[in-house]
Amino acid sequence: MNFLRSTFTLFAKEVRLEFRTRDLLTATVVFCLIILVFFSFAFDPTPAESRRYGPGLLWIAFFFAASLMVSPSFAREQINDTLDALRMAPVPAFSVLAAKMLANLLFLLVAETILVPVFSVFYNVSLAGIICRLIFVLVLGSLGLVIAGTVFSAISAHARMRELLLPVLLLPFLTPMLIAAVSTTISLFSASAELDRTWVTFLAGFDIVFLTASWLLSEFLAEG
Amino acid sequence: MKSRVAITLFIAAMIFTGGYAALFVAPDEATMHQIQRIFYFHVPVWTAMTTALSIAFASCIGWLVTRKTWFDSLAAASSEVGVMCCTAGLITGMLWGKPVWGIWWTWDARLTSTFVLWLLYVSYLLLRELLDDPYKRATLSAVFGIFAFLDLPIVLFSTTLWRTQHPQPVLFGGPNSINRTMLDVFFLCMIAIVAVMILILIDRFRLEQLRLEAEELRVEIESRVAEPAPMGVGQGIPLKGQL
Repeated sequence: MNFLRSTFTLFAKEVRLEFRTRDLLTATVVFCLIILVFFSFAFDPTPAESRRYGPGLLWIAFFFAASLMVSPSFAREQINDTLDALRMAPVPAFSVLAAKMLANLLFLLVAETILVPVFSVFYNVSLAGIICRLIFVLVLGSLGLVIAGTVFSAISAHARMRELLLPVLLLPFLTPMLIAAVSTTISLFSASAELDRTWVTFLAGFDIVFLTASWLLSEFLAEG
Repeated sequence: MKSRVAITLFIAAMIFTGGYAALFVAPDEATMHQIQRIFYFHVPVWTAMTTALSIAFASCIGWLVTRKTWFDSLAAASSEVGVMCCTAGLITGMLWGKPVWGIWWTWDARLTSTFVLWLLYVSYLLLRELLDDPYKRATLSAVFGIFAFLDLPIVLFSTTLWRTQHPQPVLFGGPNSINRTMLDVFFLCMIAIVAVMILILIDRFRLEQLRLEAEELRVEIESRVAEPAPMGVGQGIPLKGQL
């Protein structure tokens, strides 16, 4: 079975599994909504402040949500030892990882599709005219989030206290990603509505470096 | 054992001489005066940390390629020593920052990236702590160790783009020059502190190997206890006389 076919089959499995219950998506969206509402209570921002601090808030919500969201991707394979079955299947080790990354990316993007308009309404930030560029930034940022998130969920799935361990491993690691994603979104939300090329290149570079690293190390992750 | 004691004494003497030279021999710095003397400790600690973490990175790759247990022990030992040096560096940096900048901490590029580095390696140590199976611990923590090390230049790059306040390096390629005596004292301190780091690293490495050995023995004892006792008199099929 070649890489693309096996990845697609495994991806379809992940998606089918999630859309049977939609537990993960519902919980993630509600969790992000709570953060958005809490921010309003805690800081009571003016429209100008919302444009300045909104991107940070939005990305922090996505980062925390993603760190909780990717946790079950490997942990739920352990309940019935299905990870062993996946390991024995005649598919490349990276297929398993890539399928989970793609599925997590899809779930995160679905959650973002719901949350960004809500944010725009709640905080009076107009998205007209920047929506295409914003989607581009969201995809690049979310890709970095799920690449590292999926790899670390494979690592933490074998540990004690894995739900707590995963954000502890993931969030410091994603600091550069947070800085880049927030800076790009701030420049998009500003009056000039420009797409900062340096930070976009940085985001793309981050994705490429760690996608390559996870491809190289996927064999070791599978045996762990 | 004798050579070990001799080496320890020699390094202790170096540290003593280095400390004395830093405090009394090195000339007074023009703007910061006495406070600048913390430099002879602050910068070498970073050199020691960089060395330790590079050893940790190499050991992670070493384990994944060769599967020799001592690589894993070395990775554990060197990252722990690296975290210790990083903590010392952060604290001495704060002590230096307060009188010179007027604040303990600022979200400048170098400070921020160092703090992120500290967090990354503390979480690495935490991960090792929370993985019970020795083989899984070695492999998975090695993968995380490689990811963390690859992240370091990216963290530094991103925070530099973000903002910077820390002075540029004065030693290698920086625009400012440094006094000759200062340089000699500095190198003495650097060698002494890196030597101390290596000494602690070796001890920690031995300790880790002993710990692994003890763990293996414990598992073996537990598996023996769990096995049923061998068949013998009084067990299994009852003998005639016992009926």
